[in-house]
Amino acid sequence: MELFTPDFGLVFWMFISFIILFFILWKWGWPAIIKSIDERADTIDKGVEYAREAKAQLESARADAQKYIEEAREKQAEMLRDAARMKSEIIEEAKKEASEEAKKVMDAAKVSIEQSRKEAELQFRDEVSKFSLEIAEKMVKNQLKGDQAQNELVNKLLDEIEKN
Amino acid sequence: MNNRRISILAAILALVFMMPQFVMASDKDGEGVNVKEVMFHHLGDGYGWEVPFSHVYRIPLPVIVKTEDGKWISFSSARLSKIEEVTDSATGKSKLEAEPQIVTVEKDGNTYNFVLAHVSKHNNKIVQIFPLPDDDQSKVAQAASAQNDDVVDGYVKFDGKYYREYRPFDISITKNVLALFLSAIIVTLIVMSIVRHYAKKGMTAPRKGVGLMEMIIDFVYSDVIKGALGANARKYAPFLLTCFFFILIMNLLGLIVIFPGGANLTGNVSITLVLALLVFVVTNVTNSKHYWKEIFWPDVPLFLKFPLPIMQFIEIVGIFTKPAALCVRLFANMMGGHMIVITLTLLIFIFAAFGAEATGASVIISILFSIFMLALDILVSFIQAFVFTLLSALFISMSHGDGHSHDNIEDGEKAQEAIEA
Repeated sequence: MELFTPDFGLVFWMFISFIILFFILWKWGWPAIIKSIDERADTIDKGVEYAREAKAQLESARADAQKYIEEAREKQAEMLRDAARMKSEIIEEAKKEASEEAKKVMDAAKVSIEQSRKEAELQFRDEVSKFSLEIAEKMVKNQLKGDQAQNELVNKLLDEIEKN
Repeated sequence: MNNRRISILAAILALVFMMPQFVMASDKDGEGVNVKEVMFHHLGDGYGWEVPFSHVYRIPLPVIVKTEDGKWISFSSARLSKIEEVTDSATGKSKLEAEPQIVTVEKDGNTYNFVLAHVSKHNNKIVQIFPLPDDDQSKVAQAASAQNDDVVDGYVKFDGKYYREYRPFDISITKNVLALFLSAIIVTLIVMSIVRHYAKKGMTAPRKGVGLMEMIIDFVYSDVIKGALGANARKYAPFLLTCFFFILIMNLLGLIVIFPGGANLTGNVSITLVLALLVFVVTNVTNSKHYWKEIFWPDVPLFLKFPLPIMQFIEIVGIFTKPAALCVRLFANMMGGHMIVITLTLLIFIFAAFGAEATGASVIISILFSIFMLALDILVSFIQAFVFTLLSALFISMSHGDGHSHDNIEDGEKAQEAIEA
């Protein structure tokens, strides 16, 4: 039963071949393969991770863009609203200012009118008094052409003064 | 599809037509087939490798022996037999047959005689022979007839004469040794082709054959070695991967019937013994303190280890049974597979005695079963290489154990049970 009893020659050669094979593969074979397999697995993992991140980034960028658009729209609306409000405010203010200005102008006008009226009144009074004095002078001159009349009047006036 | 059917049919027919040759070849005595002899011839080793489809011619291989007086001698195995034309007296047909002959080698003025022993304790091995004087000759012959057996201890019978035999120290390149070298070369080529692929194409994924091999390497490395050894995986991966691929290629080469294959390597206890010994050495040399503590002072109730060292005894026996189990499992599985296929084929010759119909029927059945068994053996080849690697990895990881590796062991045992069932 040679199958069941180890044969020295075969054991010897098996040992030699295994050791040589092991040495060759240990030196140049397996480490290189394992390294490459691991490296490639790492690269693939990294690639997947990178893709996932890129996708996430894209998603977030898209979300950001959406957000910015929304914000811009909101701002625009707000600005429009503000502009409208400002417009009405400006108009309101302008109106107010205008009316105030108008009032001022009116007041000033009133004052100046009053003043000029007063001046005119004064002037007029002066004129009237001047005219009346002239008229009176002329009348008096006419009436007091004789000495008698002049005396009478002087008497009369003196009387009046005496009465007072 | 049609083509494939036709080619399968043609292959079966070719096998059928080849059978009669084999029948004649093995039917030496004209009284049926010597099943045991044929089986052990196919399972065993040999000086010289059969040329495909010929039972006479062999590829000569070097015989290297050390004689009784300590000389190394080498000669071609072709000299062990001469091809003669033998005429069958009953049928008158003549055919070629290889007849063993004595090889005489001269070295340093001495003459050395060798013969391939048949009637001896060293059956089918080369022995150095020394002629006996006539009176010794008759003594040995008497002893043989007294024990009613031609085989006498220390003597070989050749051509009707007894010679004193000496089994030399024999490191011949036999069929198995050459197959061993071929397997080692094939493994180297496969591995180097993958390395070259990486050197040349870097990070691109390999395709076809290289891709398949890489897938297997990755499977063994990532699932088995990393799974069992964890952080130590890189350190032991070269040894375990070498074991795996060497065993796998030897298994598969053994299934090929003709020349580069056909040697029953892993079904030979010498081969598996060396593999198991190496695992034994690796396990027991590169281990942690914990390993020896587990053996000499295991974590069990005191009465089991003191004063009677029951557990220690069991553990020490365990050191040896683990690799022994590896050795026997691989050997028995592979030899069993080969044996079944050979037996199924031999059935044809056994049934041949019952006439043409029985032969025809048994041819078809045997071939179908043989093909099925060979297909199964391909699976078994892979599984046995896998199991050997897995269990070696587990033994190594257990020797590095920190006491938490029991899950792994259970997994391994489960896998083992599943495979054995």
